[in-house]
Amino acid sequence: MPSLGADMEAGTLVEWLVKPGDRVKRGDIVAVVETQKGAIEIEIFDTGQIEQILVDLNSKVPVGTPLARIRTDLETAAGAATPTPVTPPPAVAIAAAPRASPPAPTAPTPIAAPLPQGPIVPAAGRRVPVSPAARRLAELRHVDPSAIAGSGPGGAVVRADVERSLGVTTPVPAERKRTIGLDLDAMRTAIAAAMARSKREIPHYYLQHQVDVTPCEQWIARANEARPPDSRLLMGALALRAVALAARNFTAFNGFYRDGSYEPAAAVHVGVAVAIRGGGLAAPALHDADRISLDEVMARMRDLVQRTRAGRIRSSEISDPTITVSSLGERGVEALYGIIYPPQVSLVGFGKIVARPWLVDGAIGPRSVLTITLAADHRVSDGHAGALFLADIGKRLQEPENL
Amino acid sequence: MNEADIPTVLREELGNIAPEMDLQKLDPQADLREALDIDSMDFLNFVIAVHRRLGVEIPELDYPKLVTLGGAITYLEAKLGSGKR
Repeated sequence: MPSLGADMEAGTLVEWLVKPGDRVKRGDIVAVVETQKGAIEIEIFDTGQIEQILVDLNSKVPVGTPLARIRTDLETAAGAATPTPVTPPPAVAIAAAPRASPPAPTAPTPIAAPLPQGPIVPAAGRRVPVSPAARRLAELRHVDPSAIAGSGPGGAVVRADVERSLGVTTPVPAERKRTIGLDLDAMRTAIAAAMARSKREIPHYYLQHQVDVTPCEQWIARANEARPPDSRLLMGALALRAVALAARNFTAFNGFYRDGSYEPAAAVHVGVAVAIRGGGLAAPALHDADRISLDEVMARMRDLVQRTRAGRIRSSEISDPTITVSSLGERGVEALYGIIYPPQVSLVGFGKIVARPWLVDGAIGPRSVLTITLAADHRVSDGHAGALFLADIGKRLQEPENL
Repeated sequence: MNEADIPTVLREELGNIAPEMDLQKLDPQADLREALDIDSMDFLNFVIAVHRRLGVEIPELDYPKLVTLGGAITYLEAKLGSGKR
């Protein structure tokens, strides 16, 4: 069970997309885990063959528990080269560790900390499929879903079955259509835990910078003229790209502070803060945003926002952002002062673009002005370096053609 | 495109973006971004969907004409009408 956030203690395995014998390659989605952040698609980090599934459907297991065993191609090759293998070559446990981390632990590390709502202990012997909605409701009402007769496909327990078992006396609010896979109350709890920890542990400092983004707006308008809607650019993609390029050079803002020391990250995975309808927030990673084109950043951003709002985030996206970008967009206010998402060390905020009188070449004229802010960790960097980082982002936005 | 009902298409696509809203009660003159709490990404997705379903070219310069439901209906009817002639 991968750690999908600093405060995650356990996750429920709700879907296996592979079975023993299946070939998998690095990056394949092999399972779906339900967490406070919603349903997360678990990617595999090795190439090989699934040997054994170790965690049954609908089991809630602590972070670190191996989910399955995979025989990697390397091991298979080694095995084939050995003349008389007495025992099969050892298989690697998939704990689906975040990218850029040491290899996954082969031994599970049970975590004894109490779980928010108490673990649902899977009933021995009888194992029936339970729909995510049914499971959530069952967990909320502290009933064991496997003790309920299912009426869904293959005897699956669906929400209506749980409602029936609870009796008609308890009115159950209708589920929001769009938030399938997302539990907004659980998400709020996760945000609260992460943000409280951030404010408790991270000595934030804040900087602000106003930038004339008229060149960006003109450049986007020209670029979009000839494009069909689905390949048009948004200002948000340029902002994200500017941050990614700057973060590559300013290493004190792109990485993780863990166990009393800072490790700069080798790659730039920008966490994109996505507001969820109905109140909620997630900031999954847009991987290698410094190494892909602006068009690619835009396409992946659109995909990421849609999947996040639909509650389908992948494990690597949730666990490994190295820096976060939060944008208020076209509405709202001019500036946003972010709270750093631990163990990251900085957050760049973009406010709403506003028309302002501005000095250009000695004359005052109307320009589009964007306020960029930086929240950074004072244990890692100082205001001087932060100012240079923020100014670099602003400078890059003056040359949109280079983004 | 056959005679698809433009208001129905628009309501369906807005419903995909803001499913919890009662679009029958939406004021045709209200700014969609405010009334439905949609951001620039949602709006782009709306334009992409309308472009795909109705086959209408929607240049970015025309976005301001689409910010209300009433405005969008008028705009698309005019576009589809002129396309047929």
